[in-house]
Amino acid sequence: MDKKDEKEKIGVYVCHCGTNIAGVINVEEVSTWAAENLKDQGVVISREYKFMCSSLGQELIQKDIKELGLTRVVVAACSPHLHEKTFRNACKGAGLNPYLCELVSIREQDSWVHTDKVAATEKAKAIISGGVSRVVYHEALEPLHVPIHPATLVVGGGIAGIQAALEIADAGFPVYLVEREPSIGGHMAQFDKTFPTLDCSACILTPKMVDAGNHPNITLLTYSEVEKVDGYVGSFVATIRKRARSLREADCTGCGICWEKCPKKVVDDVFEAGMGNRKAIYVPFPQAVPKYPVIDRVNCTYYIKGTCKACEKFCPTNCIDFAQQDEILTVEVGNVILATGWDLFDTRRITQYGYGRLPNVFTSLEFERMSNSAGPTGGNVVLRDGKTEPKVVGIVHCVGSRDKNYNEYCSSICCMQSLKFAHLVKEKTGAEVYNFYIDIRTPAKGYEEFYHRLLEEGTHFIRGKVAEISDATRLPSEEGKLVIQVEDTLTGNQLRVPVDMAILSAGLEPRHDSKALAKLFGISCSADGWLIERHPKLDPIATMTDGIYIAGCVQGPKDIPASVAQGAAAAARVMGKIQQKEIALEPVRATIHEEQCSGCRICNNLCPFNAILFHEDRMVSEVNPALCQGCGTCVAGCPAGAITGTGFSNEQILSQINGLLLLNVPKKQAVAA
Amino acid sequence: MSKPKFAMYWAASCGGCEIAVLNIHEKILDVDANFEVVFWPVAMDAKYKDVEAMEDGSITLCLFNGGMRNDENEHVAKLLRKKSQIMVAFGSCACEGCIPGMGNFSNVNQLIDTAFTTLSTDNPQNLRPQTSYEVPEGTLTIPTMNPLLKTLDQVVDVDYYMPGCPPESHQIAAVVELVIAALQGNAQLPPKGATIGAGNSTVCDECTRKRNVKLIKEFSRIQLTHPDPELCLLEQGIPCNGIATRSGCNARCPSVGAQCIGCYGPAEGVVDYGARLISAFASVIDSENPDEIDKILDGLVDPAGQFYRFNLAGSLLRGSKYAKNGA
Repeated sequence: MDKKDEKEKIGVYVCHCGTNIAGVINVEEVSTWAAENLKDQGVVISREYKFMCSSLGQELIQKDIKELGLTRVVVAACSPHLHEKTFRNACKGAGLNPYLCELVSIREQDSWVHTDKVAATEKAKAIISGGVSRVVYHEALEPLHVPIHPATLVVGGGIAGIQAALEIADAGFPVYLVEREPSIGGHMAQFDKTFPTLDCSACILTPKMVDAGNHPNITLLTYSEVEKVDGYVGSFVATIRKRARSLREADCTGCGICWEKCPKKVVDDVFEAGMGNRKAIYVPFPQAVPKYPVIDRVNCTYYIKGTCKACEKFCPTNCIDFAQQDEILTVEVGNVILATGWDLFDTRRITQYGYGRLPNVFTSLEFERMSNSAGPTGGNVVLRDGKTEPKVVGIVHCVGSRDKNYNEYCSSICCMQSLKFAHLVKEKTGAEVYNFYIDIRTPAKGYEEFYHRLLEEGTHFIRGKVAEISDATRLPSEEGKLVIQVEDTLTGNQLRVPVDMAILSAGLEPRHDSKALAKLFGISCSADGWLIERHPKLDPIATMTDGIYIAGCVQGPKDIPASVAQGAAAAARVMGKIQQKEIALEPVRATIHEEQCSGCRICNNLCPFNAILFHEDRMVSEVNPALCQGCGTCVAGCPAGAITGTGFSNEQILSQINGLLLLNVPKKQAVAA
Repeated sequence: MSKPKFAMYWAASCGGCEIAVLNIHEKILDVDANFEVVFWPVAMDAKYKDVEAMEDGSITLCLFNGGMRNDENEHVAKLLRKKSQIMVAFGSCACEGCIPGMGNFSNVNQLIDTAFTTLSTDNPQNLRPQTSYEVPEGTLTIPTMNPLLKTLDQVVDVDYYMPGCPPESHQIAAVVELVIAALQGNAQLPPKGATIGAGNSTVCDECTRKRNVKLIKEFSRIQLTHPDPELCLLEQGIPCNGIATRSGCNARCPSVGAQCIGCYGPAEGVVDYGARLISAFASVIDSENPDEIDKILDGLVDPAGQFYRFNLAGSLLRGSKYAKNGA
């Protein structure tokens, strides 16, 4: 790579990161090597320091910029993901354009992944050499400022989404709360009691639902789904399909005559978890918000056979509208919070537990509905026949969680949920209760105390993973019962525990369509399907896409308090952004050179942010700089090389490769290899 | 005052470039009027020793076509470089290797085997060329092949590049005019290293076919389909290389319904033509399903020829590893 005419003055700063880097890489040697061997590239100073990211470390860089007149800075430390901003700001503070600083990773890409100290030290030299060769071609960049739309889109009307929506709305900013089901409330609305305080779930949730429904700043869009998202932080445009409820909401009073009169019963697989029925026109539960029912067109007799219309006949306000069409709305928002929650692990996948085959094996959600006083059994804990109270109940923990065959992760709520079930069974039936657990995990406030309460209540705890639940009996005492086969790993005994009812404490899984959701909003999700946060510890609610936040179980399994906290935290972040009124966008973006573009339109369909537009009149494509996120897809796709990505020019990348290969260093010095 | 001197040479090439020069019609008389032709094997008799005897830098303009297939090619390239003020890599072979450069997918033995043993060769005695052979009168030699064909600028310093297989005659005429004008002080020559006689954009720029957002479900070969005469060929699944190929030919092939095969080489600033094309084609395949994508890609029956027909020797890889190592 040709050197530029004017020689840059480059400072190299090698961080020890305590022993994170220095434990494997000989930092002093690397620093001295850079000073001696990269002189020709323009390196005028090379230093090492214990913690470059500390104020003292940053001041070291700033002092050199001022005193030595550095024009470029290379910091060899952690990943740019972590501290690029820190060092850019340090440079900015000393009057150097922040984009003239390059952070190369000798931690994530070197010391953390190698054990051979000599080789790792040589690799660090190569990495720094690449950074030095590259930084010469950096350009001073200025951020682009765009205004922030004050409205927010919250997707998912469970407790996390409701909390987020209320916080933002209370602060005076408009919110669109989109929920797929006919009512907001989410899974929490299905529960009877919440652990560990055993307060009534509905009693604490419904006031929030009502608040959200009535709030002047919240536009509630239930029975609706986001279909398309365009734009960027500060100005997203979301296209939302508001599915036809088949009635005019303005006229409906929610009186309930229609679902009373509807002759068609349908098993309610969603809210009642298959335990109860609803009608073809229905509200999922009495406290539903909004109060309007929907007609389930798949099951409604009118839509199947063309006759019936009982609801229309009896409706006192004449609000039924069979011909109603889905409405497509477009809303403009500045930020988005995704809180779409979780799906229950399908316990049928573990065939040896017999769910679906053995009637008295229940899932956790079924039990939640059963124990709910507004539920299908009126809160009575009974067998599948609907009347017999169980005398012995077994609760199986970690169903589908902590299991390499299904999900390796811990679903985090199942221990407490199982303890709650044990308590409710005991309280309601006085039955003998067995908990089959791998480990009891009760780390949050009041949880361990709840566990002890259960121990005192006389619940049996058997440590062992259940092998099988079966109706194949061997002994007279097992007759007519379900037998839970398990090894008690504390005593080493194989046990056969006869029970009347088995409850499978099923784990939480990502929504079945979470990958599609991630794609829709341009964020990433893990192989499991949980959405990925910007940083697992320090930024758990932001994502790598500016302006898109995540809250609640969409990010990973968590309990109600954590979901609420995340909802509120996401809201706080959004409000912080709105208050700034405008936002500085990263200037790393793509540009199309018009004179080289021949309008072949290869790039037109590539941009994940829809930032490329085609000018029919001039036959050229153009990148909208405000929409561009600098991902580089179009840069790679352009066959004419007419698109360049700021910060990723051919010169920058090729010179970095040359540097990595030590082609810029006199041969005898390049000892690596 | 003596006229400026002109030379033209062919190394590993087909001779099409020479024809293209003659094809500038009456303009050839301008060449003759303005230049003294001192060396042009296709047009006049000359010996290398005549060139060797010339003063360094005495040739004003040398149009050099052909790639560096053997040591003779390299020798003449170095010789003409020394004797010439303006050295032009003329035509695709000199610029980027062209068809002879595709030999870089094979090693020298394979190339010779193909030339001397395959069905189309009548070689009952199974003869092979020897680079040197002893006869009573002494040792006879023929040039030795390089393991890889090189482009002209991989061997000598090149002043200008003139792409095309062959360069279009109207472009040659324009360049000749420019050089004459410059010699008379009426025009400025472009900066050293520039590509001359071509555009800065791609073939699409000169192509009049209508184009839309591209979504390709199937690649097909031109002989198997009847493409719409108005619509972009690539959109119709015909692997047209125009999107990546330098403009300058007036979109000759696409305008008559044949796909661009890329003879004008990469557009300005493109490092590796084939890699660009591969990522561009891959970008517009309209499927998310890996099996379906494989099936669509199977429609490109000759990827190496599709993407590197002209550019292999000048690409980042230059040739296959096998060719580089074996000889």
